[in-house]
Amino acid sequence: MRVAVVRFPASNCDLDAVNALSKIKAVRPALVWHEDRTLKDYDAVVLPGGFSYGDYLRAGAIAATSPAIRIVKEMAEGGTPVLGICNGFQILVESGMLPGALLRNTTLRFVCRWVEIDVENNNTFFTAGLKNRQVLRMPIAHNEGRYFLPRHELDALEAAGRVVFRYCDDAGRATPGSNPTGTLHNIAGICNKAGNVVGLMPHPERASEGILSPFGTDDGSLILSHLGGAG
Amino acid sequence: MSVVISNKAGVREPEGETILHDLVAKAGFEQIETIRAGKHLRIRVSARDPLAARKLVERMCNELRIFNPAAHSCEVSEARPIS
Repeated sequence: MRVAVVRFPASNCDLDAVNALSKIKAVRPALVWHEDRTLKDYDAVVLPGGFSYGDYLRAGAIAATSPAIRIVKEMAEGGTPVLGICNGFQILVESGMLPGALLRNTTLRFVCRWVEIDVENNNTFFTAGLKNRQVLRMPIAHNEGRYFLPRHELDALEAAGRVVFRYCDDAGRATPGSNPTGTLHNIAGICNKAGNVVGLMPHPERASEGILSPFGTDDGSLILSHLGGAG
Repeated sequence: MSVVISNKAGVREPEGETILHDLVAKAGFEQIETIRAGKHLRIRVSARDPLAARKLVERMCNELRIFNPAAHSCEVSEARPIS
């Protein structure tokens, strides 16, 4: 599968994403500049983490209007898998490809640490084959990751099973103590209706090899490996 | 023109809460009940009158998603400096 990693001005996890994807069998990753129209020739898209456009106006708001995102929208509607990581998730939300908003953490801190998340929906492109309630370890690193959606819309999102990942404790319980940012319902990641577009705040590419993890784990690769046909 | 983007009522706004609790309330300004921090854009517009300027800025805010309607309110007004 040819996977485009879209690079915006001030993306900074783009090379990490390419590196992690390059280790997956049957994946050929490539960096694609956000104004490059060749994007439509790829089989899947990863929107990497970073601080596109300096987070000016709002994290992801300016990148959401870029030529790449117009193309990604069309691709996503046609069923192309799209994964948004951290700033990539913020861009998906700001472009309207996923609902809601990612607001400043209630702690008013940039939170940078390893967390546990559990799989809430294994019917998406990126979580197929994982067990529901399976606990994954990955790092987060962000200032604006507090997912918000008005209550009735949030209820509908939950009812539709579109919460894909939730922050949890070691045992997989979504407790207030395991919520690092004040995000509603401990939400760490969501998907679109069809399940081909997934956005999450944690960084699977930074958790894709044992050497990167204080626990020797490679849980991030469980998500990324779907781009090589796993699951 | 002045554009103020802030979290809607009911959406927590931690910066305003901190200013209220750790600065304003501690200094004894007990009648100050809430503070909501936000983002302020000051915009100079070439238009035939203030109403036309306002309509243009409102259209821009909506079309370019200057605010995120899921979480924010957006107020457009003629800028009137207080000092």
